[in-house]
Amino acid sequence: MTPLRHDARSATRRHSLTVRITHWVNVLCIIFLLPSGLQIFNAHPALYLGEISDFDNPVLAISAEPAPNADGLRGFVTLGDVSFTTTGLLGASKGPSDTLQQRAFPSWSTLPGDNNLAEGRRWHFFFAWLFVLNGAIYLIHGLASRHAFRNLAPTLTDLKRIGADIRDHLRLRFHPDNGKYGPLQKLAYFGIAFLVLPVIVVSGWAMSPGMNAAFPWMVDIFGGRQSARTMHFVAAFLLVLFIVVHLAMVVLTGPLRGLRAMVTGGQTKGAANVE
Amino acid sequence: MSNDRLSRRRILKLGAGAAAVAGLAGCGPIGKSDGVLDILGQAEKLTERVQRFILSSGQLAREFSESDISPYFLANGSTDPQEPGYRAHAAEGFASWRLEIGGLVERPTSYSLDELRAMPSRTQITRHDCVEGWSCIGKWKGVKLSHLLEQTGIAANARYVVFHCADALEQTMDGSGQYYESIAMVDAFHPQTILAYEMNDETLPIPYGAPVRLRLERQLGYKMAKYIMRIELVESFAQIGRGRGGFWEDRGYEWYAGI
Repeated sequence: MTPLRHDARSATRRHSLTVRITHWVNVLCIIFLLPSGLQIFNAHPALYLGEISDFDNPVLAISAEPAPNADGLRGFVTLGDVSFTTTGLLGASKGPSDTLQQRAFPSWSTLPGDNNLAEGRRWHFFFAWLFVLNGAIYLIHGLASRHAFRNLAPTLTDLKRIGADIRDHLRLRFHPDNGKYGPLQKLAYFGIAFLVLPVIVVSGWAMSPGMNAAFPWMVDIFGGRQSARTMHFVAAFLLVLFIVVHLAMVVLTGPLRGLRAMVTGGQTKGAANVE
Repeated sequence: MSNDRLSRRRILKLGAGAAAVAGLAGCGPIGKSDGVLDILGQAEKLTERVQRFILSSGQLAREFSESDISPYFLANGSTDPQEPGYRAHAAEGFASWRLEIGGLVERPTSYSLDELRAMPSRTQITRHDCVEGWSCIGKWKGVKLSHLLEQTGIAANARYVVFHCADALEQTMDGSGQYYESIAMVDAFHPQTILAYEMNDETLPIPYGAPVRLRLERQLGYKMAKYIMRIELVESFAQIGRGRGGFWEDRGYEWYAGI
């Protein structure tokens, strides 16, 4: 945990200005994209594989049915052939009205809070544009500055050390902040920035009939438009998972230091040049 | 099992219906010229500009094969218009129905269904994407809109093609619940833009828009007006409906529905 002491002159910023700005713009975008995405999902809360919707066989569906309970409604999630009761959270939940209503994702999780696909789409596409432009800046910078390869791409050594790194993490023993990322960190950051986020963008484009006409390969790489829609949802779920772990790790390893580094660059802390 | 499936399908349809009704209810106050929503709406213009650019060589939407056709095609929006005029046409198989084409055209004309069927046709198997998120593949046969507009001629100042429909999707006092849509001239002349009178090799059924419905394959389903009664070429649609170019557009949805 103790940062290595270094001559002040050799100290460089932990995070470059580009990384810091794009990180926080990304945070802003995701804050709006996730709940507006759930609003859009709620308009047809079922996911399919392939080109079209096989309405009888969704891979995932959130629904509700009449039930002999006080509210008369049972919310449930169907995953393949398995069904879970999720009344109160998914399928049927209470909004501001305080009565159970059929609703895939609950009111508190969507933007806007009521059922309004049109407004959800406005929020989503506005921040999608910002997200894409911001992501493009990050990617170009990451590749041009070689930040992506030098600091994020896992090396063979990293992959060999991954077992040990997992054991350390499970014991909440985190490697010292020497300005370099550990194997799991590299996998997580590299995977999010260069796999999950690009998949979110391209699968989003693949749902656009206009983009489909211009770039048919985009929908083909997912195996059809409905598969792309499903992947969009899965990738967003992975992103949420990443955010939860990311925030937990920031808290566990010194939230103020981590936050300061991503705001100011943290120039007095880093040893190696980690951008 | 089959019971289960039926109920699941019914639930989905119920859900879609509920979403549509909720959409209507929720959009009631969208006339509120909310500053934030207007700013967010600017993204639509950017999307349109970029998509128009990347589609500037008139690319076709993908066409599929017979085996790809959806066994079940979801019918959305109005599925059985109750307006007396429409009922009368439907009762006689649209024999005396005529499609009027007017507004900014050189030769206002009207066509019977038989006359449309006698014209050169285009058949296409395409994927229909609903704004709600689902997709179905269907086979459509119809007359190219460009062919009709070549017959009528278009005035120099005509910018949009407006489709006036028989159905009122929302009951309002001022008639603003009447379904209508509008498309840009560049889309009207796209080779896949047809007025379909057949679906999956059968006379277009009422739930899918009989006697003719628009197919606009590079945009979302709500643009593809059903139950078309009259086509009007205009310079601006500001005076039609609530002025945003379509029934759903008047309720907050994008006019350019390529995404």
